Amino acid sequence: MTDIEDLYQEVILDHTKRPRNFREMENASCKAEGYNPLCGDKVTIYLKMEDDRVTDISFKGAGCAISTASASIMTESLKGKTRAEVESLFNTFHGLVTGEPRASQEAADLGKLAVFSGVSEYPVRVKCATLAWHTLLSSLKGSREAVSTE
Amino acid sequence: MRAIGDALVTPSSERQERNLYPHAGFDVWKIREDFPILKQEVHGHRLVYLDNAATAQKPQAVIDALVHYYTADNSNVHRGVHSLSERATNAYEETRAKIKRHINAAESREIVFARGTTECINLVANSYGRANVQADDEVIISAMEHHSNIVPWQMLCEERGARLRVVPINDDGEMIIEEFEKLLNSRTKIVSVVHVSNSLGTINPVRQIIEMAHDWNALVFIDGAQAAPHLKIDVRELDCDFYAFSSHKMFGPTGIGILYGKAELLEAMPPYQGGGDMIRSVTFEETTYNTIPHKFEAGTPNIAATIGFGAAVDYLNDIGFDPIAAYEHELLAYGTEALSEVPGVRLIGTAREKAAVLAFVMEDIHPHDIGTILDRQGIAVRTGHHCAQPVMDRFKIPATVRASLAFYNTTEEIDALIAGLHKVKEVFG
Ligand SMILES: Cc1ncc(COP(=O)(O)O)c(C=O)c1O
Repeated sequence: MTDIEDLYQEVILDHTKRPRNFREMENASCKAEGYNPLCGDKVTIYLKMEDDRVTDISFKGAGCAISTASASIMTESLKGKTRAEVESLFNTFHGLVTGEPRASQEAADLGKLAVFSGVSEYPVRVKCATLAWHTLLSSLKGSREAVSTE
Repeated sequence: MRAIGDALVTPSSERQERNLYPHAGFDVWKIREDFPILKQEVHGHRLVYLDNAATAQKPQAVIDALVHYYTADNSNVHRGVHSLSERATNAYEETRAKIKRHINAAESREIVFARGTTECINLVANSYGRANVQADDEVIISAMEHHSNIVPWQMLCEERGARLRVVPINDDGEMIIEEFEKLLNSRTKIVSVVHVSNSLGTINPVRQIIEMAHDWNALVFIDGAQAAPHLKIDVRELDCDFYAFSSHKMFGPTGIGILYGKAELLEAMPPYQGGGDMIRSVTFEETTYNTIPHKFEAGTPNIAATIGFGAAVDYLNDIGFDPIAAYEHELLAYGTEALSEVPGVRLIGTAREKAAVLAFVMEDIHPHDIGTILDRQGIAVRTGHHCAQPVMDRFKIPATVRASLAFYNTTEEIDALIAGLHKVKEVFG
C-alpha cells in the first residue's frame, strides 16, 4: 500500500491551487476541448505554434486536483517543444501514469512531470492525469471534435 | 463500543453517547453478521460501505438462494414438464407472489419482471407511451430525475412531437408543488417522477402528486428505485398507475426488477419485445400474445436473480420496515449533524422529508479527490453527478460526494467518514 501523499504530492497541490498558464488565448493557432464524463472534468487547451514549435500554450477548465495539476504542469513543460517532442513526451508520460515497467528509466526525461508517478497506483485516476494531454494531441491534429475520455 | 477498523479516530463521544444504542430491538451488529462482504478490509482498513444508493450489499440468505437454485433446481421456467422445471417455475412465480403481497398489488399478474428500473421505464415509454402519446401532448417529469427517468421520455416526446415539461425544485431539493400544478393541463398524458431522489435523498409527496395528476386524467409512473430499499410501498394506497424498482438496490441480485402496472392498463398495452414466453400461438401469418404479465416477459428471464430477489424481500420483511425506517432516520440525523460540523462542508439536499442520503461538497476540493482519499481509508462513497446532471446544474456544482446509508451502517462508520474528511483536509492543507 502506498500513502495517499504519494499521489497528492506538494507540487501537484501547488499547481491545483495556483494553476499556471490558466487563461484563454486570443489568436491561438489551435484550440480543443476535453471532457471526462466520469467526474465531469472539463478542459480547453489553447496552443500557438510557429514553425512546428509550441510558442505559447494555456488552458481553462474545471476539474479535480489531478487533472488541473496535470494540465498546468503540461503547459509549463511544453513551451518551445516541437510537435514530435510533444508526442514523445506524451508517450513517456503515459507509460509513467499507467505503470509501464520501462517508464521509471525514462522518467528522468520528464522533469517535473515525474510527480505524477503516484497515479499508476490509482488506475481510475489515469484518465484525470491524461485528459489535458489527449486534448492537446487532438488540438495538434486539428480535430474540432471535443475529446472524451470515454 | 465497537470500533470499525482503525479508520476510527476518537468518535465524537457526546454524539455517540446519545446514539449508541438508539433502538432497542434493532441490533445492527447482529444484522451486520448477515452480510459477509462487510467483514473485509480495503487498503488495510475495515470496509465502510456508504454507497448503498448505487447498489446495496447482499445478505447470506440471498446468496444462499442463488447457490441453492444453481445447485438443486436449475432449469428453464414455464417450459418443461419435468420436476426441475416445475421447481424452478414455482420458485420464480413465488417471487411474483411475494412482491405482490409486499407492495399490496391487487393481483400477481400486475407484477412484470424486467431487468431493472431502467428497463421498466423504457417498457412503459415504448409500449404505453407510443400507443397513447400524440403530437402536442405533454409528459411531465421533475428536475431531480435520474437520467433513466429522463431519456426514455425525451425519446418518446421527440418521436411523437410531444412536449417534455419539467417541474423545478427549490434550494432544499424539494419539488415545487405549485409549479407542478401550473404545468398540469388537459394535454398532460403521463407524469413520471421519482419517489426518493438518488442524488438528494428527497422523499416526494407522491400520494399528492398522483391525485393531482389524476384530476387531469394523466397517468402516473413512480420511479421507486431508491424508495423500495427504505420504505414500505403500498401501490393501492398510492393509487399509482405504474411503479418500478430494482432488486439490486434492495439487497437482492442484479439484473432483475419489477414493474407494477394496473391490470387494465397492462392488458391494453402492446407488447414491448417479441420472442418466446410472451406468445400464445405463432404462425407466420399471425401471433396471439400471452396474457399479462407474460406478454411483457419475452425470452428466458433471469431466473436465479428473480428467486434471489424473493429471498431479499423476505429478509427485509423479517426485519420489518418500521424498525428499518426508525433506525435509518436516527443514522441520517446523526450523519447530518456530524457533517454540518465539519468546516467547509455544504450539504446538497436538505429536504424536510428525506431518506438516508448525505450528499455534499467540501470547500473547493473536487469530489473525485475526496473519493480517492476516502477509499484509501476503506470508505466507499460515490462521487460524481450520480446520473443526475440536471440536479448538479441546478446547484451549480460539477459533482457531489454522496454517502448513502443502509440499515447495516452504524454511527461509528459515520465517525469514520468524518475522520476521513479531516484527512482529506490535511492532505489538501
Ligand atoms: C432514482 C433512480 N432511478 C432509476 C435508477 C436506475 O436503476 P437501474 O440502474 O437498476 O435500472 C436508479 C439507479 O441508480 C435510481 O437511483
